[in-house]
Amino acid sequence: MTSDAEWASVLGVSRSRTERLVNLVICLLSTRRYLTAAQIAEIVPGYEHDPADPRQHEAFQRKFERDKAALRELGLPLETGSVSAFDPEPGYRIARRDYALPEILLEPDEAAAVGIAARLWRHAGLAAAASSGLFKLRAAGIDVDPHASLGVEPVVTVDPEFTSLTTAIRNRQAVSFEYRVPSRDHATTRRLQPWGVVCWRGRWYVVGHDLDREAVRCFRISRMTGPVRPIGKPGSYTPPEGVDLIGHVARFSEPVEHSGRATVRLRSGRGAGIRRWAEQITGDVAVLRYSDTEDFARWLLGYGADVEVLDPPELRQTMIRLLEETLQRYPAAVDTALTPAGAAQ
Amino acid sequence: MSTPAGRLSRLLNLVPYLLARPGIKIADAAADLGVTERQLRDDLNLLWVCGLPGYGPGDLIDMSFDGDSVTVTYDAGINRPLRLTADEALALIVALRLLVNTPGLPKRDAVERALARIEAAAGDVANTADNIAVQLPVPEVESTEAEKVALLRAAVERQRALRLVYYTAGRDETTERVVDPMRVLFAAGWAYLEAWCRRARAVRLFRVDRMDTITELDEPAAPPPDAQPTDLAAGIFRPTPDLPLITLRVTREARWIVEYYPCEQVIEEPDGTWLVSLRASDLSWARRLVLRLTPHATVLAPRELIEAVTEEARAALAAYRGV
Repeated sequence: MTSDAEWASVLGVSRSRTERLVNLVICLLSTRRYLTAAQIAEIVPGYEHDPADPRQHEAFQRKFERDKAALRELGLPLETGSVSAFDPEPGYRIARRDYALPEILLEPDEAAAVGIAARLWRHAGLAAAASSGLFKLRAAGIDVDPHASLGVEPVVTVDPEFTSLTTAIRNRQAVSFEYRVPSRDHATTRRLQPWGVVCWRGRWYVVGHDLDREAVRCFRISRMTGPVRPIGKPGSYTPPEGVDLIGHVARFSEPVEHSGRATVRLRSGRGAGIRRWAEQITGDVAVLRYSDTEDFARWLLGYGADVEVLDPPELRQTMIRLLEETLQRYPAAVDTALTPAGAAQ
Repeated sequence: MSTPAGRLSRLLNLVPYLLARPGIKIADAAADLGVTERQLRDDLNLLWVCGLPGYGPGDLIDMSFDGDSVTVTYDAGINRPLRLTADEALALIVALRLLVNTPGLPKRDAVERALARIEAAAGDVANTADNIAVQLPVPEVESTEAEKVALLRAAVERQRALRLVYYTAGRDETTERVVDPMRVLFAAGWAYLEAWCRRARAVRLFRVDRMDTITELDEPAAPPPDAQPTDLAAGIFRPTPDLPLITLRVTREARWIVEYYPCEQVIEEPDGTWLVSLRASDLSWARRLVLRLTPHATVLAPRELIEAVTEEARAALAAYRGV
């Protein structure tokens, strides 16, 4: 358990750390010369220590490393250079061109579009990044109307592993994950050099080089059953130039040829779904195109007694067989329905 | 934003934000930032003790307060926002691309211009976004879909009621109804119109590909004031406990249903079959589903569904046997 007093001290530490970091940024941004860690410790409040005391000195070095890491996390690159020809210690500063967002002007309609775009993430993983990005634009003097609307909006949802994958793609770092296709009985471990992420028909996929299959593979992100773990070193591969990411995903869902032709009779006023798909319709007789007999029969089966296949004979036979199979699954229900006594129960 | 790095970023950007808006109300700034007024005041108090080395009165960040508004009078050199991080650039660029890809989008040129400017401002970190591709509509229906979407969007903008001839797949019916349009959405690969349905007296999502005709009426759209947009955080179809719960035993070939429909429970049996429980919008929808899955699914419950399925199959078979 953490006592209130301990909590207060934790908060106090984080406040003083934030204060120290702000001062560190201002100091490194304002200096033209490179400053060594020792010089920074003398200038910036919060780093005070006795450099002659090895324990204190070590504690300072750890603190300074953590602070540099925090700045890197913000995308704030520290420039390193030598302070003088006689001092082997590296020096640090922040170059303004690396620090500051370049001048950006957005017309009011453009700013409104960015605001709408940022709001798309409100149901999904990048909400925090979108709003902090938007705040930087506001800090650049751009006014964003928070209520603008285009009347049409995509609703974006991403799978939990989306950000781990985009990070791995950015770092060009291979990943491994557990992956399970429902038709398989077990998850398998896959190792992939990810190239890109694709949103196709409302689902997200990752495309890359599968290290075990030695080939290009696509994985549906929602089928990953565990966390995506980076393996290997960052920058260890180069995705091919100009790769058609959508093409790799779409390849598996190319339109099929509808070479079959069926004639069906519909119950009067029924079978609206079939009528909408029909190529030709005369009264209650519809002509439809199809590709696979079994798949098409199953689709028709959903319409139950509203549809009867007239032609071709093999489709008619398939319908009869599937209907018989359906009834065989429920012997009890069929029996009770056949006996009047059972039906009354 | 609650991580130390997140707070640091907010503080560093806060100074130029305030510089650009002298005399801004603290409440307005807090709303833009998405933090409480108290958090913002805490941030301002912290900034006030930071500044240039020397840390004397002329070195520290300075602000003047006037009632509930604030003006930065000295910025200590942090007068520009930070560059966009890779994640920020990714979030904004991918979202703008999604918009550009949205069929029937108005003001597409503004979105395209905004995208180009954000990409330019993001610089190198925009490259990650190149590895993300988005395609919203299904290509083969794209053109008719885009026409319908444009028509629907215009009705939303002009606030006109619509008469729809609409196909309801669950009941296999085509019906005519008058609706008061609210917004057009793209979700999970489909385009939808969200509207107040005067027939159902409720807010409904209508799939655009299931609209057979769309007629704009010469009367204003008037959704009742309490008509709330659907909360889509949990997806388009949110099963509620009042809907019938059905349980199926499915073989390998029909396991795909667990990815397609939200399921309450999935139990994997040792023999490789799965026991799947899900909420059906109604039993006639469930009957169609089960028949379509033949012979890969067997209904375990409820009994009414078993009866409906066998009843329907028997009637269909009778036609083939000439009974």
